[in-house]
Amino acid sequence: MKIHKYRIFDKNIVIDVNSGAIHVVDDVVYDCLDYYETKSKKEIVELLSDKHSRESILEALEEIEYLVKENMLFTEDFYKEIVLNDKSPSYIKAMCLNVAHDCNLKCKYCFASEGSYEGKRSLMSAEVGKKAIDFVIKNSGYRHNIEIDLFGGEPLMNFDAVKEIIEYAKEQEKIHNKNIRFTITTNATLLNDEIMDYIDKNMGNVILSIDGRREVNDNIRVRYDGSGTFDAILPKIKKMVEKRDKNKQYYVRGTFTHENIDFYNDVVFLLDQGFNEISIEPVVLEDENPLAIKKEDLPVIFEQYEKIAKELIERKKEGKGFKFYHFNIDINGGPCVYKRVSGCGAGYEYVAVTPEGDIYPCHQFVGKEQFKLGNVFDGRIDEKLSKEFKDAHIYNKPKCMNCWARFYCSGGCQANNYSFNGDIHEPYDLACEMMKKRIECAIAVKVFEEEN
Amino acid sequence: MKHVKTINVGTLKASLAKPGCKECANSCQSACKTSATVANLPCEHN
Ligand code: SF4
Ligand code: SF4
Repeated sequence: MKIHKYRIFDKNIVIDVNSGAIHVVDDVVYDCLDYYETKSKKEIVELLSDKHSRESILEALEEIEYLVKENMLFTEDFYKEIVLNDKSPSYIKAMCLNVAHDCNLKCKYCFASEGSYEGKRSLMSAEVGKKAIDFVIKNSGYRHNIEIDLFGGEPLMNFDAVKEIIEYAKEQEKIHNKNIRFTITTNATLLNDEIMDYIDKNMGNVILSIDGRREVNDNIRVRYDGSGTFDAILPKIKKMVEKRDKNKQYYVRGTFTHENIDFYNDVVFLLDQGFNEISIEPVVLEDENPLAIKKEDLPVIFEQYEKIAKELIERKKEGKGFKFYHFNIDINGGPCVYKRVSGCGAGYEYVAVTPEGDIYPCHQFVGKEQFKLGNVFDGRIDEKLSKEFKDAHIYNKPKCMNCWARFYCSGGCQANNYSFNGDIHEPYDLACEMMKKRIECAIAVKVFEEEN
Repeated sequence: MKHVKTINVGTLKASLAKPGCKECANSCQSACKTSATVANLPCEHN
């Protein structure tokens, strides 16, 4: 597929897939594009004669021809060979440190089974954490930036170790001339003044989990006794965001499930609480789970994304813009094509480490024995498995190769592909549908921005 | 042009000239983390 066109908010938008060019076109061009590559001029004039005048069709075709010549329409994919022939080594430069395989909550959709990842509950010792830091520095080659995500379970259940690991990382980054950025993802229950100050000072990003409206959150994000967390966490999240250095990032993030597919309302709720960096994302659960997103939910979900896009456009006009994580597309820049085709990096640029020091391709593969890559204590990883992940880029995924969204999506989530289709190369349909809708909306927002 | 308004000319091909240094952030795209679509990421090559 070389172009993708769609109508949204009374506009016709055309994306030239392989160049990344974006155009807004009138109805004549929009219709002509259907036939441009397969029919002659004369045929197109005939085919569209009941809708448009001959003169306007010929004009439109001329403009299309010009854009084709300028590599802005129907551009060929000239990256495939480059990617397939890429023999450059890869370096691990991002790591998910599962500092706690334990959690003080029992959220109903948790993929980590209350933090335990279906193993035993455990906390990472500072010793393992330090080994993990050594491991990532050693394997990062000449990459300067390293990302470390403090994850769980609930990482703040192991705050002392977190502090020790970070202290160590700071010493080591100086010695090895690296820049280590930390992110923490927390359920916010354990935040207090001391921890908040620490997070603000030391974390490049903090992800605070709350699902939105009280009834939505408390339906899912519950304690062991079944009680909801909303009243406890909202004030803490607000305080954390208030404290947050305004030059640093935070995200208030929630998950929507089959039970709140009207999640536009949760976004608005969070905006009304004063948050302006928001992420609400689809739950990923096996089909049988009552909370799982179902195919039938898609039309409503699409409508929510459009409403969020509208809200964003409106609020931006009033000077009250916000960030909806998934709409932050940078159409004038963004990463280079090498990055775009290579996907999430799981297994060869990004790994997850368990409290025991075991290394997996990412947090979602943790506990799946056949995907174990190694252990931080011996410091080696299974090169063959790692290469399998590296080679699982869009040009080895038949569906992605023909998908217009490939340079925005970069091939979906390997872990989801594996769980739903038993193969990391086979994208998970529902995720694709939502991804494509989000990209369409994100680009529409950009179009409105550029036009105003 | 009368029928087309080009919003941007596309940067993909030009980006081939970049080194592909991968200094940019990682882009997990699953729901369990705050996941970035790859196109969100700022390029860190300068
Ligand atoms: S994972 Fe799906 S949406 Fe993404 S590029 Fe592949 S087919 Fe397209
Ligand atoms: S496989 Fe999925 S969950 Fe794992 S890093 Fe990639 S996108 Fe994220």
